[in-house]
Amino acid sequence: MRRVFITVLPVLVMLSLAACGQPEKKEESTGPALSGVIKVAGSSTVFLISEAVAEEFQKAEKGVQVTVGEGGTGGGFKKFCAAETDISDASRPISPSEVELCAKNQIEYVELPVAYDGLAVVVNPKNDWAKHITTAELKKMWEPEAQGRITKWSQVRVGWPTRDLHLYGAGVDSGTYDYFTEAINGKAKASRGDYTSSEDDNVLVQGIAKDETALGFFGLAYFEASKDKLSLVPVDDGKDDNGKGPIAPTAETVKDGTYQPLSRPLFIYVNKKAFDRPEVVAFVKYYLSHGADLVKEVKYIPLPEKAYELAQKRADAKKTGSLFGGKGSQVGVRIEQLLESEQSDAGK
Amino acid sequence: MPVSEAAVQLDQARPISERLIKYVLFACGAISIATTAGIIFVLLFETIAFFRRVSFGQFFLDTQWTPLFADKHFGIWPLVAGTFLTSGIAIVTAVPLGLLAALYLSEYAKAGLRRVLKPMLEILAGIPTVVYGYFALMMVTPFLQHLVPGLSGFNALGAGLVMGVMILPIIASLSEDAIYSVPANLREAAYALGATKLSTTFQVVLPSAFSGIGAAVILGISRALGETMIVAIAAGQQPVFTLDPRVPIETMTAYIVQVSLGDTPNGTLEYQTIFAVGSLLFAFTFLLNIVAHRLRKRMAGGA
Amino acid sequence: MKDSGGWISKESIFQMVCLLALALPLLLLFTLIAGTFADGWDRLSWSFLTGAPSRRAASAGLLPAFVGTIMLMFLTTLMAVPVGIGAAIYLEEYARPSRLTSFIELNISNLAGVPSIIYGLLGLELFVRVMHFGRSLMAGAATLALLLLPMVVISSREALRTVPHSMREACYALGGDKWRSIRRVVLPMSLPGILTGIILSVARAVGETAPLVTIGALSFVTFVPTSVWSDFSAMPIQIFNWVSRPQAEFHANAAAGVIVLLSVMLVLNAVAIWLRIRLGRRLQ
Repeated sequence: MRRVFITVLPVLVMLSLAACGQPEKKEESTGPALSGVIKVAGSSTVFLISEAVAEEFQKAEKGVQVTVGEGGTGGGFKKFCAAETDISDASRPISPSEVELCAKNQIEYVELPVAYDGLAVVVNPKNDWAKHITTAELKKMWEPEAQGRITKWSQVRVGWPTRDLHLYGAGVDSGTYDYFTEAINGKAKASRGDYTSSEDDNVLVQGIAKDETALGFFGLAYFEASKDKLSLVPVDDGKDDNGKGPIAPTAETVKDGTYQPLSRPLFIYVNKKAFDRPEVVAFVKYYLSHGADLVKEVKYIPLPEKAYELAQKRADAKKTGSLFGGKGSQVGVRIEQLLESEQSDAGK
Repeated sequence: MPVSEAAVQLDQARPISERLIKYVLFACGAISIATTAGIIFVLLFETIAFFRRVSFGQFFLDTQWTPLFADKHFGIWPLVAGTFLTSGIAIVTAVPLGLLAALYLSEYAKAGLRRVLKPMLEILAGIPTVVYGYFALMMVTPFLQHLVPGLSGFNALGAGLVMGVMILPIIASLSEDAIYSVPANLREAAYALGATKLSTTFQVVLPSAFSGIGAAVILGISRALGETMIVAIAAGQQPVFTLDPRVPIETMTAYIVQVSLGDTPNGTLEYQTIFAVGSLLFAFTFLLNIVAHRLRKRMAGGA
Repeated sequence: MKDSGGWISKESIFQMVCLLALALPLLLLFTLIAGTFADGWDRLSWSFLTGAPSRRAASAGLLPAFVGTIMLMFLTTLMAVPVGIGAAIYLEEYARPSRLTSFIELNISNLAGVPSIIYGLLGLELFVRVMHFGRSLMAGAATLALLLLPMVVISSREALRTVPHSMREACYALGGDKWRSIRRVVLPMSLPGILTGIILSVARAVGETAPLVTIGALSFVTFVPTSVWSDFSAMPIQIFNWVSRPQAEFHANAAAGVIVLLSVMLVLNAVAIWLRIRLGRRLQ
C-alpha cells in the first residue's frame, strides 16, 4: 500500500518541489562554506574515480556543485583546452596536439597522477578456449591490417575454434584506446575499425557479457565491478625478465610492474586558472588525500602514499607541464620515479 | 478556412491593433517555416563541409564505416543496412498484425468493444521509446536467446520486434481509417452478389482502401527509420554491412547518439559525420512522408 | 450473407485471427510492464525519489532527473504553447486559402513526421553552438519546444474547429471585432480541447530522450538544476544511463525509473481526459 502511494505521489512531489527551492544545508566543514560549480569531464576509465570523489566531496561541501562527464580522454581534452571544463580526466598523458591546442587557447594545465590501472583483456565466461593470450596474438586481432580479414578465432591461434570473433573495445576518443593501441600495435590510434567501439565502457561490459564469442578490453575497475559476468584473460608479453608467462592484472602485479605492457597511470589535469577558486583547491586536495581509499574502492590500484604527497606538492606549486614531456603515452612507466626525479630536479 | 461576409467587411475596416494581432499570429505560423528552413540549413551546412573532405564515392560506394579510426572508411552502407534491417523486422512484424487488428476493429468489433480497444492500442504508441529500449535489452533479447542459438546480447532481432510493437498502432489506426471509409454501397454490392464477408474483405474492401493502407505502411516505415532509443540501447554499436539479425549492428540514428555521447566539438570531421548521416536520414523520411501524404490525399479524394 | 457451412467456418477463424493480432501486442506490453514492475518495485522508496544518482546502485536516486524533467516541461510548455496556439488561431481564423497558407500547413504536417533526433541535431547546432546556450536546460527546452510545436498546432486547430460558426457570427452581429470574438468566445469554448492537446504533447515530451542526448544532456548530475542555464538531467536520460550500466542493481534502478516515468505519463493522460470531461460538461 505504501508503495502504491509512492507511485502516485510524483505529481504532488512535482508541485511542492517546484514551489520551494533547494535549502542550503551547512555541514560541519573546515573553514567557511564553499560554493561554485566545478566541471569535470573526459576519460570513462577515470570517471569511476572522479564520480566517487565528486559524490563524497559534495556530501562534505554542500554548496559546491560538481558535474562529471564522460566522452573519452580525447574528447575531454578538447573541452578542457577550450576552457569548457575545469578538470580533465585522462587515462593517458596529454598528447602533442593537445598541448598545442591548449597553448593556442592560453590554457595552462597542472598534471596530477591519481591511480594505476591494469587494462584488462576480457572474454565471456562461456569462452573455454582463450585461457591466456600473448601480446603478439592481441596484435594480430587488433592491428589495422586485421580489418575485414581476421574474423574468426582460429585465425589468431591454431587450435582455437572456427567461431566468429566479435571484438569490443574503446572508441577513438578514449585514452584507453590510445594506450592499448600504443602498447599492443606499437602506434597510438592505429587499429582496425570494424569492432563495437564505445567511449562508454559499460556498453562493452554488457556486450561481452552477453556474447559468447566476444573479446574486449577496458579498465580493471570495470572488470571487477562485473566479474560475475566476465572472464579475465592473463596476458603474456613474452619478456621473461618482468614476470614469466601469462600474468593477470591484480593490485600486486600492476604495482610491481610485472603486468606489462598494459599497466598505466591515470591522471587528472587541472586548469591552472581554476586553482584561483577555493572550491577547486579544496576539491583537488580532497581528491589526492582520499584518493587512495576511493581508488581502492572502485577497484583500481592506488599509487604509493608518497606519490600522492608529491602530487599534492605539484598542485600546491601549480606546476604546469607534463611529466611525459607532452609526448603522450609511454609504456612501462613508474609514476613515483618521475615525480621523485622532478622533485630532486627542483631541489637542484 | 471559412470566412463569413461580416468578417470580410470587418477585415477591411480593421484598426491597427487588429492588424498587429494578425501579424503576430502570422509570425507564430511562420515559425514552422523557419523551423523547416533551420533544419535544412543546419543539415546542409555541415554536410557540405563534410563533403569537402570526403568524396561522394567514398560515402556511397564503400562498405565500411570507420570514419574515426586510423584507417578511415566513410561508406554509409553499414549504417544504412543496420537501419533497414531493424526497420524491416519492425515492418514485417507490424504490418500483418496491424492490418488484421484494423480489420477486426472496423469489420468485426461491436461499437462498445471498439471504443475500448482502440484507445488501448494507442497506449502502445504512447510508451516512451527509452522504456521500449529497456524492454528490448532486458527482457526480449534474453528470452530470444533461448530460442535462437548464438544470439548476441546486442542484435537487430530483439530491437526490431519491439519497434514493430511500437509502430503497430500507427499502421492499425491509419489502416482502420482507410477501411472504415470504404463506402458501404461497395460492400453491399458484393454481398448482393452472394459473396461472403471474408471474400468481400479481401476482394473489395482491402483493394479500395489500398491507398490509405499504403500510406499507413509508409508512415510506419518512416517512423521506424527515425527511431533512435530502442536501437541505441538494444541493437548495438558495431557498424557492419550485414543483414544477419543475430549480431550487433549499428543504425544511422544510433551512430548519431554514439558520437553525441562523446562530446564532439564544433568543426571536426567527427562532428560533421553526424550531420551527413542526419541529412541522409532526413532525406529518407522526408520522401516517405511526402509519398504518404499524397496517398492519403488520394484516399480522401476518391476512395 | 451466406456462410460456407461447417461448425467452425473460415469466417470465424479469420475473426479469431484478427482478434489475436489485436490482443497479442497488448498482451506483450502487459507482460513487459508487469516484468518491469517486478524488477523495480523493490527499489521504489522515498529515498529513491529524493536521492541523487550515485555510483552505488543501492543509494542512487532519481531526484535531479525528476526535477530536471519538471523544469524542462515547464520551460518547454512556456515556449511552445503560446506560439502553437497563435499559429493555430492564425490558420483557423485569419488565413485565407493561398499558396502561403498551404505552404505553412505542409510545413507543419511535415515537421510532425521528422524524427526527433533531427530536432536534436538542429538544437545542437543552433542553440548549443550558435546561440551559446551551452548544454543547458534552456537549450533542451528550446529543442523540445520546436519538436512539440507541430503537435500543439494540429491539436489546437482541431479544438478550434469544434466551435460552431454560429458562435462567431453571433459575436460579430453584436458588434465585436475578430480578435474580440476569438478572445471572448472561440478560445474559451475550445479551451478543453486545447488544454487536452497541450497535456498530451507534454506527456509525449516527458518521454523524449534522443534530442536531449544529442544536445549533450548526459552527465553525472547529482544536484537539482538551479537555473535555466545550468547543466541538467531528465528522467529518460537517467533511465538510459542506468540501463547502460552492466550491474544488475542498476537495472533495478532503471526499472524503478521506468515505473516512475510511466506513472507520470499515466497521471498526465488521466488529467487530460478528466479535463476534457469536466470542462466540456461545464460549457454545455
